Amino acid sequence: MLLLGGSAGSFKLLFKLVKLLPVDFSKTVIIVIHRKKNFFSEIEKLFAENSRMLLREISDKEPVNGNTIYIAPANYHSLVEKEGFFSLDVSEAVWYSKPSIDVTFESVAEVYKNRVTAVLFSGANQDGAEGLLKLRQGGALTIAQDPADAEMTEMPQSAIDMHAAEYVLSTNDIFELLQTPPDTPS
Amino acid sequence: MKIPVTKDAITDAQLTELIDIVKKIHGFDFSDYTEASFKRRIGRILMLKKLEFYDLKHLLINDHSFFQYFLEEITVNVTEMFRDPAFYKALRSQVVPYLSTYQHVKVWCAGCSSGEEAYSLAILLKEEALLKRSFIYGTDINTEVLNEARKGIYSLRKIKSYAENYLFTGLPGSLTDHFTIAYDAAAIHSELKQNTLFSVHNLISDTGFNEFQMISCRNVFIYFETELQHRILDLFYKSLCPLGYLCLGNKETIRSDAFRKKFKVINQKENIYQKIGS
Repeated sequence: MLLLGGSAGSFKLLFKLVKLLPVDFSKTVIIVIHRKKNFFSEIEKLFAENSRMLLREISDKEPVNGNTIYIAPANYHSLVEKEGFFSLDVSEAVWYSKPSIDVTFESVAEVYKNRVTAVLFSGANQDGAEGLLKLRQGGALTIAQDPADAEMTEMPQSAIDMHAAEYVLSTNDIFELLQTPPDTPS
Repeated sequence: MKIPVTKDAITDAQLTELIDIVKKIHGFDFSDYTEASFKRRIGRILMLKKLEFYDLKHLLINDHSFFQYFLEEITVNVTEMFRDPAFYKALRSQVVPYLSTYQHVKVWCAGCSSGEEAYSLAILLKEEALLKRSFIYGTDINTEVLNEARKGIYSLRKIKSYAENYLFTGLPGSLTDHFTIAYDAAAIHSELKQNTLFSVHNLISDTGFNEFQMISCRNVFIYFETELQHRILDLFYKSLCPLGYLCLGNKETIRSDAFRKKFKVINQKENIYQKIGS
């Protein structure tokens, strides 16, 4: 499984990445990106139109399939259940964010343990850092975008400060790595 | 660098134990709640109250007043007026024209929390000149939030965020037209409260109590396992009049084939359904 989290300054990067991922990528990809609640579904539409992989907005109790990109919907937290489906939650925002990257990362950490590669991109708050740490504790491969490369440094920097990121990589290195990700079961 | 150690989430065994205690002592059955978010809620209580798992168990067994707090925290009471403005738009264009053909319109807002959605529906029905012959029942398992719903008083900070939703619905005027504002609070106009009744009802254990033209149960199913969802869908089906409407949250699609035969899709994006068959 591949997890991608980002906020301010990560939209263009994630968009580019979605366009790059090959149609036979085979893994489950989950994207959590902060946005305003009444921004409707413009992001999902734009991503879906440009993705070569099947791209879906997460819906309640939807099965977690391989070779699919899932986007966490606005105004919900997205979680995964050990029976292999998604569940949603409308509870309090975390770090003023709903969807929260922490919530998704932590729930994936509990279920998928070391079968995960997770990347935290640019953002202006520290959502995602703690979730990345939980993933790392569970044996996942965790990566923070090099703050020198990030439009907004706080999010990846928080992860680095918490020792949540096993690797700190430049944007180029992340892109190269993700197109041929380490061989973890999806 | 060693990986820092943080507090673990509660284990599956602890979760089972807790659900068992709550069921035996307090009569609330959480065994069919979706696990991941339920665990998060418990983790949240432990954090907010600075408790260890053992303390939580002790309080649940020995301190009855603590259970009310527990229930409030476990059941997510985050709600908004006019959440998902597109849903209210769809109601106006696709459901209201049919509702208006009834002499009396009975609406059940199931899992109404502090009343924001029930009052949103009241405002919408008022703007459609239907409120006088409508009645809205708001139910929840939580007595404390129902008290808030009955008051219909919300902080100005909240009203401000709801006002943006209202604008997107395309309803005339602004949200504050329906409130009396004093200091930092806003009270819903009494005419909007007149045709509402808030009362305790547990979707998991209680039966139907009336026949409705419309049932709205949005963002409640996300906390329930599929099997429990089906039990409640059956309750809703039985509680709707022929061709009555069921509104679920816009991420809560009915997936079961059996129920797809009983509910016709009226709006796929907003998950508005109509009861068909018999």
